Amino acid sequence: MKKGDSNFARADLDAKTIAVLESIARQIRADIERGTVPNIKLPVRSLDNVKYDQARGYFELARTNKVRTLAVNTVRSFAQMLRLMATSRMMVKHDDYATKREVYYISKNWGDCRFDEQGESDAIMDDIEAMASMHGLSREHLRFYPESHGGSVAGRLTVIDRNPATGEAIEIDCNKLGSGAYSIPRSAEHLSFRTDARFVLAIETGGMFQRLNNHRFWETAQCIIVEMGGVPTRATRRFIRLLSDKHDLPVYCFVDCDPYGFTNIYRTLKVGSGNAAHINRFLCVPRARFLGVTPQDIVEFGLEDATHPLAATDIKRAQDALENDPFIMAHPEWIAAINQLLRMGVRAEQQALAKWGLNYVIDDYLPRKLANEAGFLP
Amino acid sequence: MATRQREISVSEFFLKNRHLLGFDTPAKSLVTAVKEAVDNALDACEEAGILPQIAVEVHDRYGKLRVIVEDNGPGIVESQIARIFGKLLYGSKFHKFSQSRGQQGMGISAAGMYGQLTVGKPLHIVSRIKGDKLASEIYVSVDTAKNQPDIHKKRWLKWDRSHGTRVEMEMEGHYQKGPHSIETYLKQTAIANPHLRINYRNPEGEELRFARSTNVLPPRPREIKPHPYGIELGRLIQMLNNTKSRTLLRFLIDEFSRVGKKTALEIIDCARKQSGRRLSERSYPRHIAHAQATALHKAIQHTRILAPQTHCIVPIGEKQLLEGLSKELPADFYTVTTRSAATYRGNPFQVEAAIAYGRPGDAAIEVDKSGRLRKAKAQGEGNGEHPMAQKGELVRLLRFANRVPLLYQQSSCAITKAVLQINWRPYGLHQSKGALPIAPMTILVHVASVWVPYTSESKEAIEPYPEILKEIKLGLQQCGRRLAHYLNRQLHLRQEFDRRAYIEKYLPHIGIALQEILALSNDESDAMVRALDRILHKSRGVRGVVA
Repeated sequence: MKKGDSNFARADLDAKTIAVLESIARQIRADIERGTVPNIKLPVRSLDNVKYDQARGYFELARTNKVRTLAVNTVRSFAQMLRLMATSRMMVKHDDYATKREVYYISKNWGDCRFDEQGESDAIMDDIEAMASMHGLSREHLRFYPESHGGSVAGRLTVIDRNPATGEAIEIDCNKLGSGAYSIPRSAEHLSFRTDARFVLAIETGGMFQRLNNHRFWETAQCIIVEMGGVPTRATRRFIRLLSDKHDLPVYCFVDCDPYGFTNIYRTLKVGSGNAAHINRFLCVPRARFLGVTPQDIVEFGLEDATHPLAATDIKRAQDALENDPFIMAHPEWIAAINQLLRMGVRAEQQALAKWGLNYVIDDYLPRKLANEAGFLP
Repeated sequence: MATRQREISVSEFFLKNRHLLGFDTPAKSLVTAVKEAVDNALDACEEAGILPQIAVEVHDRYGKLRVIVEDNGPGIVESQIARIFGKLLYGSKFHKFSQSRGQQGMGISAAGMYGQLTVGKPLHIVSRIKGDKLASEIYVSVDTAKNQPDIHKKRWLKWDRSHGTRVEMEMEGHYQKGPHSIETYLKQTAIANPHLRINYRNPEGEELRFARSTNVLPPRPREIKPHPYGIELGRLIQMLNNTKSRTLLRFLIDEFSRVGKKTALEIIDCARKQSGRRLSERSYPRHIAHAQATALHKAIQHTRILAPQTHCIVPIGEKQLLEGLSKELPADFYTVTTRSAATYRGNPFQVEAAIAYGRPGDAAIEVDKSGRLRKAKAQGEGNGEHPMAQKGELVRLLRFANRVPLLYQQSSCAITKAVLQINWRPYGLHQSKGALPIAPMTILVHVASVWVPYTSESKEAIEPYPEILKEIKLGLQQCGRRLAHYLNRQLHLRQEFDRRAYIEKYLPHIGIALQEILALSNDESDAMVRALDRILHKSRGVRGVVA
C-alpha cells in the first residue's frame, strides 16, 4: 500500500516536471509564432539577490530576474538551457538520470552549443533548477544528480528504499550495521523512514562519527547520528531535512568551534547557501540547532590549552559574517558568540575534547550539553 | 670673344634642356608627348563646345614609337597649323587670364622637336575645319635656330572626318605599364573629365575604352583680367606701356579686375603721397616714370581691393567627379568636396578633394532593405590598372591641375605636402610619421586656376603656396571627416554582422530543443528556426541600420 502511494506520488511529480518543461517551451514557441523575440526569465542566483526570511528560516531568492534571449551575451546559454531542458525531459520520460559530469559530456554532441567546461554546464543546470524551483521542483526531479554521495548515517533508524529494478521495497536497519554505516544516496526523495529517535545529531568529522558509532552512542542517547564530512552535500542536507520533517525530529549540529564551522557548515545546513538560494527551501533544515563546540564551551570545558590561534582567514571570515551574513546578523546570540571567539582569538576542534580522555565526549560533554537543549545556539 | 656672342633661340634652349619640358627618359618622353597632344585636343574641343572624343594609338617598332592622337575638335585654320606645331611659345592661352589645360604654348611643339631630334621625322598633322571640303595635311618641324616652323610638305586631302585634328609623331621612347604609363594618364584623365571618351590602342594591340559618364560639357571658364594684387612691378610697367587707355584712371579700371573708379582713385591718391611726385588720375599711362610706377605698385598693395572674382574657375564639380571616380575606380565608399574659390597672389583658384575607400569585395558590409546585413560583392573592375592601394599599402594619390593628371614629381607637389601635413589617424587610418596614410584608399585632389603655379615648365607638380596648401588641407579634412564617419559605421556594421552571425549559430539548437520538448515534426522545427531568423534580423534591424 505504502509502496503504491510513493509510486503514485512519484509519477505525479514526473508529470509535473514534464508539464513545467513543456509549458516553458510552449511559451517560447508562442513568442516565435507571434513574431516576438522569445526569452526565458529566471531568478539571478547570486548573494546580491538573496534574502534571509527569518520566519521561514532559510535563504531565499529575491526578486531580481535575468533574461536570456536572442542577444549576443545570452543566446548561447539560452540555447543550452533549452537543450538541457530537452535532455531533462527525455530522462524523466525514460526514468533515467545523469550526473553533473555526465550532463557535461552529453553536450559534447551539441555542436556549437556544447559546454566547454563543466562549470558552464553546472551553471546552466542551476539555472534550470532555479526556474523549476519556482514550480516546487528540485534538481533531483529534473534528473540531475550530484556527483558526490551523501554522508554516513547510523542509529535508531530504518530506511525504506526500493529496488531500482523492480520497485520492491528494501528496508535497511541502521541499528544493525555494526561498525559500518548507511551511506546516504544521491537522491533521497523516494526514501521513507521508521524511527524512534529523539533527535538527529549531525557531526562534522568522520573521526568523531566513528567514535560515537563504535561506542553506540546513538543507542544510549536514543538518536540518529549523521556524518556530514565538512560542508554537507545536498543529498545529506535533503536527507536530514526529510528525516526531520517526516518524523518531527530536532537536529543538533556538532562541529568545530571556528568561523568555518559556524558559517559554512552549520549555517549551510540550517538555512542554505547563498549561491544556491533557489533550492534552499528544499534543502534547509530549519529545525537545526547548534550544539557545539561553542566559544563558551572552550571556557566551560577547560579547553583553553587545546586551542589554536585564529588564522587571518578565520578572522576575515568571522568579520565578514558579522557584516554581511543575513543569518548571523539576524541572531544576536550568534553575534555574541562570534565576538566572543574573536576576543579569545582561538579556535577549537571537536577532537580537542580528547584532552580529558578519549571518551570524555561521550561520557561527559554530550550528556551535559544535551541536558540543556535550550542553551543551544539558534 | 665678343664675336662669339650670339642670340640663343628659345627652341635651342629647350632642345638642350628638354628635361625642363618633361622629355628626359624615353619612357617619360612618350607619356609626355601623348599628354601634350591629348591636353591640346581637349582644350580645343571644349573651347568649341564639342563633346570630346579622342583616339590614341601607340605603335612600337624596335624602340621607335609612333604616337597618333586624333580628336573631333573644331580643326585648325590651315595658316596656323605650322606655327602651332612648329614654333615654341606660340599659343592662344598664355596671355589669356582663363582656366585651361595648356598655358605656355610649348608642349606639342616640344614633343615634335623631341621626335625630330631622336628620329628625325617631322610632325604629321591632318586637320579639317567643319564645313571645309578638304582637310589640310602638313608635315612640319621646328627650325630650332630661329624658332620658326619648317614646313616639309603641305597639301589638301580628303578625310573621312567632318572636323577634327590628327597629330602623328615618331620618337624614340620606351613603352611601359605601371604608375607612370599612358594607361594611367588616360585613366586619370577620364576620371577628371567624365564628359570625355577615349579609345586607346597600345603597342601590344590591346584596346582600352574609357566611356563617357555625362554628355554635358563643363561650362566654359570665363576670361578675366588680372587682379591688382597678383601683378609684379615689371608686368605693371609693361601693361602701362601697352595699354590703349589714355588716363591712369581708365587704365586701372580697364586693365584690372575688381577695380572701380573709387578704388582706382584711392590707389592713385596713395601712390601720389608715397612718391611725392606728380601723379594724377589724368596722367598718361605711357609717360609714367619708373619711380612713379614703383609707387603705384606699392600703393596697390596698400589699398583694400575686393578679392578676385571666381566665376572664371570651373571645377569638375562634385557630381561629375563622383561619376568619373565611380566609373574608373570601383570602391566601397566615395566622398567628394569642392571648396569655394580662393586666391593666391591675386590669382583665383579652386580646390576639389575626393576620397575613394575600399576595394569592393574586401570587407565592406551592406544593409539590404529588409534590414539584413551582407558582405558587399565585388563589382566589375574598371579599365586598366586599379589606382587604389591594396590593404596595408600607402594610399595612392591622384593629382590634377586644371583637369590634367600630374604623374611625376609627386614629392615636391603642394598636393602631396598637404596630404602629408594632415594627421590622418583621427580619421581612422594608420599613418607613420611623415608618410602617406596606410589604407586601401585613393586620394584625389584637383587644383583649378587661371594660372596654376607649376614648379617647372613640364607641369608636373604644383608650387606649395601657403594659400593653396591651406585650401587643399581643408578639402581633404572635410573628406576625412566623412571617411571617418563611414569607417565608424563600417566598424559598427562589421561588429553587428559578427554578432548576428554568432547568434544565428544557435538558432538551430533552439529549434532542436523545442522539437524534442514539444515533439514537433521536422517541418515545424525548421519553420521555427526560419521564424527565429526573421525575428532576429527584424529586432536587430534598427541597431544595424541607423546611420
